[in-house]
Amino acid sequence: MSGLSTRGRITIAAAVTVALAAAGIGYVQLARTRAAADTVPAASTELTLDSGPGLLVVSGERLAVVSRTDPSGARQISGVACARAYAAAGTAVCIQPDTAWSYQLVVLDRQLRPTRSFAIPGLPNRARVSPTGRMIAWTTFVGGDSYSTSGFSTRTGILDTHTGTQVTTLEDFAITHDGKPYRNTDVNYWGVTFTTDDNTFYATMATAGVRHLIRGDLAAKTVHTITTNVECPSLSPDGTRIAFKQAVDSDPQRGWRLSVMDLATHAVTHLAETRSVDDQAAWLDDHTIAYTLRAPDGEPSIWTAPADGTGTATPLLPHAESPAALH
Amino acid sequence: MYLSTVTSPPAAGTPPRSGRRGLRAVSANVFALGTVSLITDVSSEMVTAVLPLYLVLGLQLSPLAYGAIDGVYTGATALLRLVGGYVADRTRRRKAVAGLGYTLSALAKPLLLAAGSSLTAIGLVIAADRAGKGLRAAPRDAMITLSTPPEQLGRAFGVHRAMDGVGAFLGPLAALGVLAAAAQSFDAVFVVSFCVAALGVTVLVLFVRDRRESVPATGRVSVREAAALLRVAPVRRLVLAACLLGLATIGDGFVYLLLQRREELSTVWFPLLAVGTSLGYLLLAAPLGVLADRIGRLPVLLGGYAALAAAYLLLFGPVSGTPLLVLTLALHGVFYAATDGVLMALAGPVLPDRLRTTGIALIQTGQALAYLVSSILFGLAWQVWGPETASRVAALAVVAAIAVTLLLLRRPPAGSTAPPGPAPRPEPAARTESAR
Repeated sequence: MSGLSTRGRITIAAAVTVALAAAGIGYVQLARTRAAADTVPAASTELTLDSGPGLLVVSGERLAVVSRTDPSGARQISGVACARAYAAAGTAVCIQPDTAWSYQLVVLDRQLRPTRSFAIPGLPNRARVSPTGRMIAWTTFVGGDSYSTSGFSTRTGILDTHTGTQVTTLEDFAITHDGKPYRNTDVNYWGVTFTTDDNTFYATMATAGVRHLIRGDLAAKTVHTITTNVECPSLSPDGTRIAFKQAVDSDPQRGWRLSVMDLATHAVTHLAETRSVDDQAAWLDDHTIAYTLRAPDGEPSIWTAPADGTGTATPLLPHAESPAALH
Repeated sequence: MYLSTVTSPPAAGTPPRSGRRGLRAVSANVFALGTVSLITDVSSEMVTAVLPLYLVLGLQLSPLAYGAIDGVYTGATALLRLVGGYVADRTRRRKAVAGLGYTLSALAKPLLLAAGSSLTAIGLVIAADRAGKGLRAAPRDAMITLSTPPEQLGRAFGVHRAMDGVGAFLGPLAALGVLAAAAQSFDAVFVVSFCVAALGVTVLVLFVRDRRESVPATGRVSVREAAALLRVAPVRRLVLAACLLGLATIGDGFVYLLLQRREELSTVWFPLLAVGTSLGYLLLAAPLGVLADRIGRLPVLLGGYAALAAAYLLLFGPVSGTPLLVLTLALHGVFYAATDGVLMALAGPVLPDRLRTTGIALIQTGQALAYLVSSILFGLAWQVWGPETASRVAALAVVAAIAVTLLLLRRPPAGSTAPPGPAPRPEPAARTESAR
């Protein structure tokens, strides 16, 4: 480049700047047009959580309800934007975008009216409501939170909608591991599921590179480890089994196998789904498990599989995620 | 804002933030290098700001699995940085090696889109981006030293780091603007980021001069000669001091975490702690660089570490509330502003011209590895003693590192008060100590 005069260099720089700016602006314009074409018209029908034997889902990043008996029929789509949602006994939870960077948790009543909302840190991961509709739990991914100076950690909180009491992180709970007290700064929790007593819960706790299934006591602020390699537990309606994702060869990088564990015997059954499932599954009834699968571009679809490991995985709903049974 | 702003130490080769004074007084080449860094940092911080959103929300990947990929690269990029430095010296093509680094990082942006949701592909692209950062830092800093009279190195590095910091500060804002204009489409951010990075490479190619004539072509640099660098006492002492100081520096993440815990700060605001530090760095890098030229680089460098020790002590100190936040972040900003560029200004005159890039890469790599070790050690200390004791021990370690550094680098007692000559030799003639 030494052969060029200053003037020549400035001319080239200006031309390149103009070309690059044109390319950038052109692409932004293209993306905007494409997004406008994709937008689902927000048919703000009067949705409720009572809509018969139905399924609450997130469709096109909005809360929607479909019929259990005819899932391919018309989808009722609400105006409520959600990244994750769940519902039980007339209470729904929705993790909603607040700004481009931040999210809030919204508790909704039967008519999908917000009753409570507050900002939560990080990016949405899991959301659950207890079977009675009283307790709400959520998990987010937060950056720079642990001492591992890069990468993510999780943050899991619980809200009691009756008392308004909020536990912003489970990380302060006292841990009993293999019968002994345990302490470590690297502890992470995710994927809470509640029992019907609104005090006992199950969740995943990761520490020292191992992911444990734990049983927690909310009032006592304690957790006990039960077994390992169980992630994102989901308790069956009858309270006897846990659906979960099991890392293949205990290595999450190799994907997860959707499985069910009997809480009495700890016997694990792999379900008919053989593709990797990264979701906290939902029980549609005592025999059927629903879960979200993702296409490589992130596009979700909901599938079901029998809870006893028989049968085959069946597509339930395309372009939808976060299933929750409405009874 | 999440991944790398919060995490990577500026000393590890991606210096963030700072100043404005004395722009006119730096050479055109330093100004051009600063412009390249500014543009490149806008580009890379745009991606850093949206990467977590893209991975977690766009592709719905589990970031815990992603985080696991991360640590492995530090070692690999450390080696690459050394090799890059050596190749730059051997071929006397510092600009070409730096250009390769900038180009690699620019190409990583569209490749990230092409990687789709394959964790392996994403890991490889991120590795390529890091490799680019590692490759370019040492030749860039070497070019700054070779285009600046030794007595103005502090100012030159200060201005460069300030421009770099402005870019890092603007990046997330640019990403926000693109997201708003492109209906929240992540791919638009990557494409625009690539265009910005390509502009950075263009400015480098057109306006940065390698000044190859300033280094006489007296035979090729050999591996033996490069290895012999560590046998030169002042160089050895400087590398040792850089490693020691790196060992005493705990990760930013820890500092922010402790602040957040103590003040029960809403984690929603957590990323802003890093922004506060950046702002301090950005504003102070140039003035402190100028100060370093006036009163000596060693006092400013050690002053920066004293500020760091004070910040560690404040974490469990008497002050609380907003004053604690402001004071700690300000001290943290002073630390970066007084140490990152100043260390390079200190190193420049000690390293022989023909091995300048290798030497700088050696110091930066040593510090990056020391920093990794210190993060692990502090994690253990936290676990065993609890955060309060651990942070006080860390402050003590900083004080000890300051004392040892002072012993290692203070000016030799007898009469050599003159500043080091413009082109120190590889022979022990370079014994003039660096502190000036």
